[in-house]
Amino acid sequence: MTTPTIEIGWARLALASALIMVAIALSAWQRLGLAKSLAIGAIRALVQLTLIGYVLVWLFNTNRWYLVLGVLLLMVLTATLAATARSPGGRPARRRLRPICFVSILLGSSLTIAYVGAVVIDVTPWYNPRYLIPLFGMIVGNAMNGAALAAGRLQSEMASGRAQIEAYLALGASPQQASAEPARRATIAAMIPTINSLAVVGVVSLPGMMTGQILAGSAPTLAVRYQIVVVFMLAAATALTATGIVQWYRRSFFTSAAQLLPPIQL
Amino acid sequence: MNQDKAGRRVLSDLSVSLPKGGFSTLIGPSGAGKTSLLRLLNRLDDPASGTVCFMGRPIADAPVRALRREVGFVFQTPSMFPGTVAQNLLIVPTLGGQAAADPPSVGEALRQVELDTDFEHRIAAELSGGEKQRVALARALMTRPRILLLDEPTAALDPEVAEQLMLTLRRLREDSGLTIVMVTHRLSEARLASTYAVMLEAGRLVEAGPADRFFSTPATARTREFITAGRQGSEPA
Ligand SMILES: Nc1ncnc2c1ncn2[C@@H]1O[C@H](COP(=O)(O)OP(=O)(O)OP(=O)(O)O)[C@@H](O)[C@H]1O
Ligand SMILES: [Mg+2]
Repeated sequence: MTTPTIEIGWARLALASALIMVAIALSAWQRLGLAKSLAIGAIRALVQLTLIGYVLVWLFNTNRWYLVLGVLLLMVLTATLAATARSPGGRPARRRLRPICFVSILLGSSLTIAYVGAVVIDVTPWYNPRYLIPLFGMIVGNAMNGAALAAGRLQSEMASGRAQIEAYLALGASPQQASAEPARRATIAAMIPTINSLAVVGVVSLPGMMTGQILAGSAPTLAVRYQIVVVFMLAAATALTATGIVQWYRRSFFTSAAQLLPPIQL
Repeated sequence: MNQDKAGRRVLSDLSVSLPKGGFSTLIGPSGAGKTSLLRLLNRLDDPASGTVCFMGRPIADAPVRALRREVGFVFQTPSMFPGTVAQNLLIVPTLGGQAAADPPSVGEALRQVELDTDFEHRIAAELSGGEKQRVALARALMTRPRILLLDEPTAALDPEVAEQLMLTLRRLREDSGLTIVMVTHRLSEARLASTYAVMLEAGRLVEAGPADRFFSTPATARTREFITAGRQGSEPA
């Protein structure tokens, strides 16, 4: 029961650029100083998306498992750099965070995609890029946001909670015990957007993937079931990644003699 | 010992021994390194070089968490844990891996710091500064430490409350044989309470000795000057 998809050719795309022109014109008229950023952003989006389109076509055609895995790894790497680029704390903190962030996103995302791909959707062959790439993209995107929130919040909780943490340590507490409260808060902070989005999905927001599937001709009921899989999957990926980051990153704030690092190294 | 913070030397060539069972006070101008020294004694920090010994053994050789339960620390600004006073105290035995041996009861700890047992059910965060400081003291006593380190415990208290806390500390030392090391900027307090005094300035030892001699006939001109300035009222009444 698929309805034929309406093709978007280059001509229609040119017409669509009128939309971004509206944004640029409004910004110029109000002297917001955003016109240039908007124009650059629009061009970047155009170029990146066009290129990725060709990359996907190439991946689908070559259909090699190692190429697919390579692309997935590249996605995790990019997400790690993006998640840590604006992390609070100084350079020492960022240097400690990067590997932790990479492994947490990698593990959280891989475990999730493995379950979804092998058990829920039963993708064949297991590396089928038509499924793996878009699903993993969504997973890594959410894991990245969760990672950035978790790390940022942990960082600030450890810095502002210094007195409390040292009060615990002075009583013979382990670093684990002393940082329990900051860790809890950081994990909650990372999970809140996911919880909010679970609550409003389908009511306030019609997720992009579902919308896309419907536009591309799928039955809405099928698109909805896919979307349910996706929101559950994103919740798992965020929880796994945030937990990994928090549990691992918080150890790095202490020396082996259970001392909280001095403020400049936080 | 030497100690560095943020690349600056804050304690240099410091060598001092504090008497067991005594009440030692650390005095000296602001920034002298008193807090930095105190933090070395239960390994909240480690020295850049040198060793800290406890009864002749380097403390770095002992398991650090066990050491901290022997050497309690009361911070200048008491930091209360969530919940009631009783919860603040009862959490302490649970921090010690396998339940620490024979912690005092809440009632006993409160009695030791001369707080009414009614306080047990109060929310710790809602207490006054002086009450919080006593709860922090009671909390430190929950590990049955042999040494108690106190960093300007009376700094935020009014003179009367401060004096009561000093009396409590003296009685604690006399009753339970606790060794006390206290940083203070109230010279009158140091003179009254201590059996041993150490003066630091700019990270260096100026003078150390038994308190009666230290305060009556200081050996160095700098100590004499500091004490006289204190007596002439540059310290809080
Ligand atoms: N975390 C830190 N980073 C950099 N410098 C520090 C740090 N902590 C302390 N210092 C410096 O070390 C020196 C000694 O500080 P310390 O806190 O030990 O002094 P103090 O004698 O306790 O002073 P006060 O009476 O004001 O509490 C000071 O010059 C201080 O600026
Ligand atoms: Mg100090």
